[in-house]
Amino acid sequence: MYERAHPASTPRFPPLAAAQFIPAVPFPAPCSLTTASMLYSQKGMATPPVKTAPGPNPQQGFVYLPLIAGWLFPGAGHFLLRKWGRGALLAASIIGMFAMGLAMKGKIYTGAQDILDMLGFVGDLGTGLLFFLSRVFSLGADQVQVTTGDYGTKFIVVAGLLNVIAAVDAHNLRTGRKPQ
Amino acid sequence: MIHTSHFTAVVFFALFASTVFGITQRETPRRMFRYGVYCFTLFVSSAIVISWVMFLIAR
Repeated sequence: MYERAHPASTPRFPPLAAAQFIPAVPFPAPCSLTTASMLYSQKGMATPPVKTAPGPNPQQGFVYLPLIAGWLFPGAGHFLLRKWGRGALLAASIIGMFAMGLAMKGKIYTGAQDILDMLGFVGDLGTGLLFFLSRVFSLGADQVQVTTGDYGTKFIVVAGLLNVIAAVDAHNLRTGRKPQ
Repeated sequence: MIHTSHFTAVVFFALFASTVFGITQRETPRRMFRYGVYCFTLFVSSAIVISWVMFLIAR
C-alpha cells in the first residue's frame, strides 16, 4: 500500500525493512509526500549501527610487552591485558606442569650436544624465568636415573612449549588479531 | 620426589595441556571449556587405546 501510493518517488525497500521504518510524518501521509520530506527513525532497523567494543587501542603502547611478559612468567601476558581468569589458569597449568616435571626428577637441558638436546634446550627455554631459576638453584636432574625422570623431562619441555603458545595468544589479544 | 604411574602422568599431562589448548585456541569461555574437555578426552582415550594396541602386539 505504501509503495503503491508513491511508486516513483520512494525508495524500494524489502518488505520487512520497509515495514520497520517509522516515518516522522503521521499517517495518512499526504499524496504530495516526496523522499526528501520523509524523515526516518533508526529505531527498530534490521541492521543496527555498528558499535565498536571498548578496550585498549591496539595501536597504542608497546605491542610486544604481553608477549615478552608471558614468556618470562606464565600468564603474565594475560594479566597485563586484565584477563585475570585466563592468566591464572595458564599460570597454574604451566607452573604445575613444570613443578611436576622437577618433582619427577626430570632433566633440565643445559647445552646442546646433539640435535635432540638442542630441541630439548629450546623447549626448556620456553618457560622463561622458571628455566633460569631452576638453573640458578640447581633444580632438576643432570642425568635421568629413575623411570619417572623420563616423564619429568617431557613435562618440563612441554611446559615450555605451552608457555610459548600462551605468550603468543597474549600477543594476539593485544594486537586485536584474536577478539577479546 | 614423586613416583607416579604412567596413567597418572598421562592424566596430569592431559589436564594441563588441554587447559592451555582450550584457553588459547578458542575465543569464548563456553567454547574454551568444551574444547578443553574435548582435548582431555582425546589425550586420555588415545593413550588407553594405544596402550592396548601395544599390549596386543607384544603378546
